[in-house]
Amino acid sequence: MQHKTVSELHDLLVSKTITPTELVNESLKLAKKYSSLNCFNFIDEERALTKAKTSLFDPSNPLSCIPVAHKDLFCIKGMQTTCSSKILDGYLPPFTATVVQNLDKVGCITIAKTNMDEFAMGSSNETSYFGNVHNPWLKNHVPGGSSGGAAASVSSGIVPLATGTDTGGSIRQPAALCNLTGLKPTYGRISRWGMIAFASSLDQAGPIAHTAKDCAIALDAMTGHDCKDTTSLAMGPTKAFNSIEVFSKDKTLGIVKEFSDQLSHDMEKAFQESINTYKQLGYKIKEISLPNIKYSVPTYYVIAPAECSSNLSRFDGVRFGLRSKDVKNLEELYINSRSEGFGNEVKRRILIGTYVLSAGYYDAYYKKAQQVRRLITSEFKNAFEQCDLILTPTSPGTAFAFDSKGSKDPTELYLEDLFTIAANLAGIPAISVPQKFVNGLPSGHQLIAPHLHEESILQTAHHFQLNTDWHLRTPQMEEFA
Amino acid sequence: MTWEIVIGLETHVQLSTNSKLFSRASTSFGAEPNTNVNLVDCGLPGVLPTINKEAFYKAIRFGLAINATINQTSHFDRKNYFYPDLPKGYQITQMDRPIIKGGKIEIEVEGIKKIVNITRAHLEEDAGKSIHDVEPNYTLIDLNRAGTPLLEIVSEPEISSAKEAVAYMKALHQLITFLEVSDGNMSQGSMRCDANVSIRKLGDKKLGTRTEIKNINSFRFIEKAINFEVKRQINTLESGKKIVQETRLYDANKDETRPMRTKEFANDYRYFPEPDLLPVVITDEEISKIKNNFPELPSEKRVRYLSELKLSENDAEILSATKPLSTAFENIIEMGHDPVLAAKWLVGDVSALLNKSQTDLENSNLTIDMIGELLANIEDNTISGKIAKEVLEECYLTGKSPNSIIESKGLKQITDSSELQAILKNIVDSNPEQVTQFRAGKDRIFGYFVGQAMKETKGKGNPELINKILKELLVK
Repeated sequence: MQHKTVSELHDLLVSKTITPTELVNESLKLAKKYSSLNCFNFIDEERALTKAKTSLFDPSNPLSCIPVAHKDLFCIKGMQTTCSSKILDGYLPPFTATVVQNLDKVGCITIAKTNMDEFAMGSSNETSYFGNVHNPWLKNHVPGGSSGGAAASVSSGIVPLATGTDTGGSIRQPAALCNLTGLKPTYGRISRWGMIAFASSLDQAGPIAHTAKDCAIALDAMTGHDCKDTTSLAMGPTKAFNSIEVFSKDKTLGIVKEFSDQLSHDMEKAFQESINTYKQLGYKIKEISLPNIKYSVPTYYVIAPAECSSNLSRFDGVRFGLRSKDVKNLEELYINSRSEGFGNEVKRRILIGTYVLSAGYYDAYYKKAQQVRRLITSEFKNAFEQCDLILTPTSPGTAFAFDSKGSKDPTELYLEDLFTIAANLAGIPAISVPQKFVNGLPSGHQLIAPHLHEESILQTAHHFQLNTDWHLRTPQMEEFA
Repeated sequence: MTWEIVIGLETHVQLSTNSKLFSRASTSFGAEPNTNVNLVDCGLPGVLPTINKEAFYKAIRFGLAINATINQTSHFDRKNYFYPDLPKGYQITQMDRPIIKGGKIEIEVEGIKKIVNITRAHLEEDAGKSIHDVEPNYTLIDLNRAGTPLLEIVSEPEISSAKEAVAYMKALHQLITFLEVSDGNMSQGSMRCDANVSIRKLGDKKLGTRTEIKNINSFRFIEKAINFEVKRQINTLESGKKIVQETRLYDANKDETRPMRTKEFANDYRYFPEPDLLPVVITDEEISKIKNNFPELPSEKRVRYLSELKLSENDAEILSATKPLSTAFENIIEMGHDPVLAAKWLVGDVSALLNKSQTDLENSNLTIDMIGELLANIEDNTISGKIAKEVLEECYLTGKSPNSIIESKGLKQITDSSELQAILKNIVDSNPEQVTQFRAGKDRIFGYFVGQAMKETKGKGNPELINKILKELLVK
């Protein structure tokens, strides 16, 4: 069952080749076998098996009895939810996130909570309180981040589908580094209720799977209006799966002028091959310009920390989570609990965010960043008058070794999201699709669409995957068994 | 030296919505600690606020009443600071684009009318409560109040005395209670204010350094706190020192203001737009709906009481001045009682009783039903006005209904004319001297007979019947 897609597993369940309990057992077995990957913070064997045994398989529902893993920032009632932070170690939420509920409703069986960068802050999964996650393709190399555990859990074949969140590339970059397809939907498509916030105006949940088709299946189940989240769009669930085969070759793909010269020779070659494949499939390729996209990384690193500095204020040791012992007064309670509970990257971003919102600095940083954000958003609008989708690389490189990036200069690691951040700033959907390997490691390209055009990128990615086999490659995994 | 006083008031009004501003938890007062609290109020990880439109409607009603501009698109901001009873570590408030801008409130001090301009009024959530005096080694937190909707009404610095400040607060109180946007209960914290006070030499253009007195919750304290603070500032300046810009607290027990924190230690609240909430858009339809259901204001009530209900000038003024009294009055006449009679009793004996013990209708034994019942007994001549006073007092003291008091004490009026005829004949017969005087033209002696009749009937004789029968007997 290892490395099978959602669709393939569904067919096996329909044909009764496998029962839901066998499938869940297999998944749990693999989780144990590959525990050295460290992709899970918590495995809920009992709950998963109980649900498998009591579930009635629904052949009309493509996600019925499919094992899934949820990023450890989605609250699940009574199940440890930590954001990979010491400050929430052992925290049991009293309610369940809407995304998880939506997937539960269609019959998904939660196997585990996945490791991640602490509070989703990072691009390598190295900021987790629970340790690094290995890239299933190469030991001691990062799976990307922040949804690194999610990507590793699918890439290793333990589960066919995992949820992630994407604030600046946290679904797409790990998908690219682990040879998976990862979708960040339009902001507001998926409810944020129960999803522990990093940067509220940028955070968006999405699926990580092997194929665009599986992403479409998952998206349809995850989306829909939620009255508990006022930023959730007032529209029903997507119907991406139904239209996945409807691809139009008349589409024009825009190549961003400003992104040329940003890649190494090998990465550039892999990306050029993707462009050629699209050309061969009949797509038109057109160079477009997004003049201010070069400011997206600095803009993001003002807005996201600003929001996180405020969002993370509630972790104060008063009502839940870690409370420092032996404190003398209130100030010490705050300072010690937060100093002990948060890791360095989280502290760094809280400090940056506090600084850019401070009196006297607000206009120069936060306000300016919001202006640039609006500018970038409107540039995308203009660009989409010249092309249907935008095609870019997903990340500047492939999986890198632990501790090799950002340990001296954190901004080195921030550049991992060079190509992905702009879609979050503009709130538009984007997908990462596996492409030609570079030096034996996966790489990916990204398709970006206008607001609400998830179906269009899923169709195009599916079309690509029907004509390529990169996404079908699976890692050897011997070192991890 | 003559000093000019400059005061601006920031008033927090708790809106009387059933649920909180950003959650569906109840806002009822006096519940067990931490029972009116849900996931959102606790600020648990992963929760999001939703908007209670009712709070907006109440704010808009207030805005319309003071002729303000309604911002049909307004948004929320976060005010960041750490405090244990502030669960999220920030308060959701409106900084940049409040729901209400501008507006005017008319006040009157010693017969002189004045307009106080309103700068803005915005919606925000209240914090919880820290309880320091129950557990010796801990501070306890009660989050029942956390998330309760507040309307913060900010006046221009145009108030120039403590008396004007009180008049402004009273005008505001009258408005919010009649508009039914708040219960206005100051002892429960439904209305409290911060006073920004500064002084300057008469004629100076530049404002002096101001201090802010926080959280004053009664009309009396507003006056006392401002008077103290003004005196303190005058003394400071006249002794050659400078005013420090700071936040001060009024201590009612010592009747003084004390510094809380100076500007240097003031929080930097790092305001920024609340990303969890979209801007709130109010449609024209929503505004016309609010306009069409607008409550009657005191000035309108006064005119109606005078012209339609034919009340006296005095009664109309008093009954339209406060919400509890006008509600009582209107409920009573709705039961079908005579407005003039109802007004006379409410303004007269009922108010006198309540004033004597410094209470109000809501907190006394008296109910509107009791007053109605009492009026019914007067109206159908079951008891006389004089007996009614006794009955009212008894109701007030015991909480018993007028009917049961009249019954058990046998206070029913004697309206049987043959019974009265016999009693009165007896009086006339046994006072021949007075009869002679009366018949000789000494009209005043008539009162003597009435007095005798009342004495004889223990006040229960119907006065009109007594008059009528007495006249017949005496004139004969």
